[in-house]
Amino acid sequence: MAPITLTVNGRRHQLNVEPDTPLLWVLRDALGLTGTKYGCGIAQCGACTVHVGGRPVRSCATPVSNVGTNPVTTIEGLSADATHRVQKAWIAEEVPQCGYCQSGMIMSAAALLASNTNPGDADIDRAMARNICRCGTYDRVRRAVHRAAKEG
Amino acid sequence: MSDHPVIPTQSEAKARDLQLTKVDRRDFIKLGAVAGTGLLLGIRLPERGAAGARRVPLEPNAFLRIDPNGDVTIWVARSDMGQGVRTALPMIVADELDADWSKVRVVQADAHASKYGRMMTVGSTSVRNGAWMPLRRAGASAREMLVAAAATRLGVAASELRTENGRVTHAATKRSLGYGELADAAAALSVPASPRLKDPSQFKLIGTSVAQVDLKDKVNGKAMFGTDVRPPGLLFATVVHPPVFGAKVASFNDAKARAVPGVRQVVRVAQGISVVADNTWAALKGARALEITWDNGAFAMDSADISREFVRLAEGAGAPAKQEGDVDAALARAAKKVQATYEAPYLAHATMEPMNCTADVRRDRCEIWVPTQNPQGTQSAAARLTGLSADAVTVHVTYLGCGWGRRSRMDFVEDAVETSMKVGAPVQVLWTREEDMQHDFYRPAAYMRLEGGVDGSGRASALRAKVVAQGISGGRGAIDGPAVAGIADMQYTIPNVRVDYVRADLAVPVGYWRSVGPSQNTFMLESFIDEMAHAARRDPFEFRREMLGGNPRLKHVLEVAAELSGWGTPLPNGRARGIAVVEDKGGLVAEVAEVSLENGRIHVHKVTCAADCGQIIHPGIVEAQMSGSIVAGLTAALYGEITIEKGRVKQGNFDDYQMLRMAEMPEIAVHIVKNHEEPGGVGEPGVPAIAPAVANALFALTGKRIRRLPIRAEMLSAAR
Repeated sequence: MAPITLTVNGRRHQLNVEPDTPLLWVLRDALGLTGTKYGCGIAQCGACTVHVGGRPVRSCATPVSNVGTNPVTTIEGLSADATHRVQKAWIAEEVPQCGYCQSGMIMSAAALLASNTNPGDADIDRAMARNICRCGTYDRVRRAVHRAAKEG
Repeated sequence: MSDHPVIPTQSEAKARDLQLTKVDRRDFIKLGAVAGTGLLLGIRLPERGAAGARRVPLEPNAFLRIDPNGDVTIWVARSDMGQGVRTALPMIVADELDADWSKVRVVQADAHASKYGRMMTVGSTSVRNGAWMPLRRAGASAREMLVAAAATRLGVAASELRTENGRVTHAATKRSLGYGELADAAAALSVPASPRLKDPSQFKLIGTSVAQVDLKDKVNGKAMFGTDVRPPGLLFATVVHPPVFGAKVASFNDAKARAVPGVRQVVRVAQGISVVADNTWAALKGARALEITWDNGAFAMDSADISREFVRLAEGAGAPAKQEGDVDAALARAAKKVQATYEAPYLAHATMEPMNCTADVRRDRCEIWVPTQNPQGTQSAAARLTGLSADAVTVHVTYLGCGWGRRSRMDFVEDAVETSMKVGAPVQVLWTREEDMQHDFYRPAAYMRLEGGVDGSGRASALRAKVVAQGISGGRGAIDGPAVAGIADMQYTIPNVRVDYVRADLAVPVGYWRSVGPSQNTFMLESFIDEMAHAARRDPFEFRREMLGGNPRLKHVLEVAAELSGWGTPLPNGRARGIAVVEDKGGLVAEVAEVSLENGRIHVHKVTCAADCGQIIHPGIVEAQMSGSIVAGLTAALYGEITIEKGRVKQGNFDDYQMLRMAEMPEIAVHIVKNHEEPGGVGEPGVPAIAPAVANALFALTGKRIRRLPIRAEMLSAAR
């Protein structure tokens, strides 16, 4: 198998992984970036959401060979110290309960705000439609996205 | 928020403790008393045995340590699954201690057979009958010892000293000492037999929404869940279990699985076949490549068979779970009678983090990292499987990606321990979502027959219920407590009540599911009470209210929810309200749902929740738990159904076992009743009332009664 080159959080990696390996497992098992979570494996729950070329992608259903030269950003690369505006809003609104889905939620929200500086509720519904939170933090997620937009 | 030092697991604390450990527990005690190590304090009062001459001033402490630098470390012996114990429990200690909250460090306790008491995190018990008083006493004892040490140091009477924010102050002479400066001296004192606890009016942290200790780690990806553990040399595995309940592996061919690049070994474990690989993906591919012949055993029922079995069982006699007055006579003379049967399906827990466990079994020891609600059970299970003593088994409790009762079980632990034993390496066993959903301990399906009588003045005079469900509790007595919880303990004053239970025996594994029995029985009871109210031509709120005279706190939350929801005031066309109330695990909750039906879809627009959970530790967490519980209950009410086909679960993932999503999130208004009653449960009592509140609202809207969960829009045209 030919080594794959992958740029994650601004760093280039040469990796010997099977090309059909979903990006999720490359991040978690090969690179040790465990902030991105496995929830379903079929792009249903959004716990594995990362940015590929700036767009939110379900990494559990994205073969690493499809990533190409697009830069990948994970929760670990969103900010150095939880200081991205979405993370700050998440803390201010005390969104997380168990926390397991929150990386994916935050990545979806960050992608939304990167393309829409002032999303309405319907925009938020659409952007977060593919993220499940079993703890039911949706109301605080909504508040946090609005806050992040406002406090930009 | 303050930048709170957080220790996600005990490993970091272990590094700090290295000078104290590598020795047995007794030496830890001795070393703990050496000058410079500060004050350690547990809930048990010191037992001064033969140690006598040796200077052993204090039993060490399971719960609390004050370092000479003023750091306060609090061990939390309950599991965090989003309910906030890692914040709430330390708050209790810190308040009585008058600690500086910014210097409080939280350590997740490893499993220990006795040190912390029962560590099982179930039944919304972490605060209410677990830690509340012991943690208060631990904080208060330490405070009194620090004050006594300060009194000696300053040459004043203890009564002249005040404590605040981690310092002892003598106001008259304007002198003060930090807790750190006093810790060593305090450690030499005896623990007060009955420390004085604060009057609730003196609480400074309790009842406030202080910054939660875990938030930062939960938004930057650093919070360590079970699947995130990476000990050196770790291998990754997944286990394939028999799809049919009770089935076994007859034979298997692993040639193709072993040919998958990265697969190391395929091993038999008691519950299935474990595929071990260099990475998770290889393990998953290997598992898919296994060729297995199953011996399916005897169980081959479908859900429809199970429903028929429940009906058959309901014809037989049950065992009385509650009996008051004379139901037969009261029904015979009732002015109006109502009869109905209700059904609820099996439910999977579907925790966001699928079942997993990481185990490293060596010849003389075993180390486990696991998201568990049951650390002590994990320790015993590993000891049993490995033949090691429990002392040789270390269990680290990670963060839990939801718990809901599922993580009190040992099946995933056993998979990991057995796999590690067989391959001789540390192994992380991760179940796929499909394995997780199809090998759960399900919320039991249940069937209930109800008969109600209303007298001439429009009051409920009789209620008879017969519950048919599998038992959860493991006991074989006539009554399974969890199966009748939420009905046999009903809070209404009805003069003639009888509840019978008929145990169903089926091969479907069942277990504790968030709020347990009330999660289905409250739907049935509160829907049927609504039926009785309508039969009596009474307002459902008023009908309930007059039956709650025996439980003023529950009556109060009902009134609060009604008032805040605008009960009785007009709604826009096409909308209706429904109400329901429950007392569950010491929490008293009323919920009002506002619904509409648009284009054949059920919309829940707004939920008003009033909750009385006694003394609140952290209102922000309580609000979040109520809101999240409503989502949990609403997800079950609108979508939740596990069906059985030929002895196996049909659903496998979130595409066919749906969850409520963002766009369906109702507006939720939570009102917390503030009082200083004993703390009640918080994590579960918000779940049960939402299903009947929605069903009752749909009845108000359409005149159709929902008697089976989940609620489907098409039922509203079919139901009577």
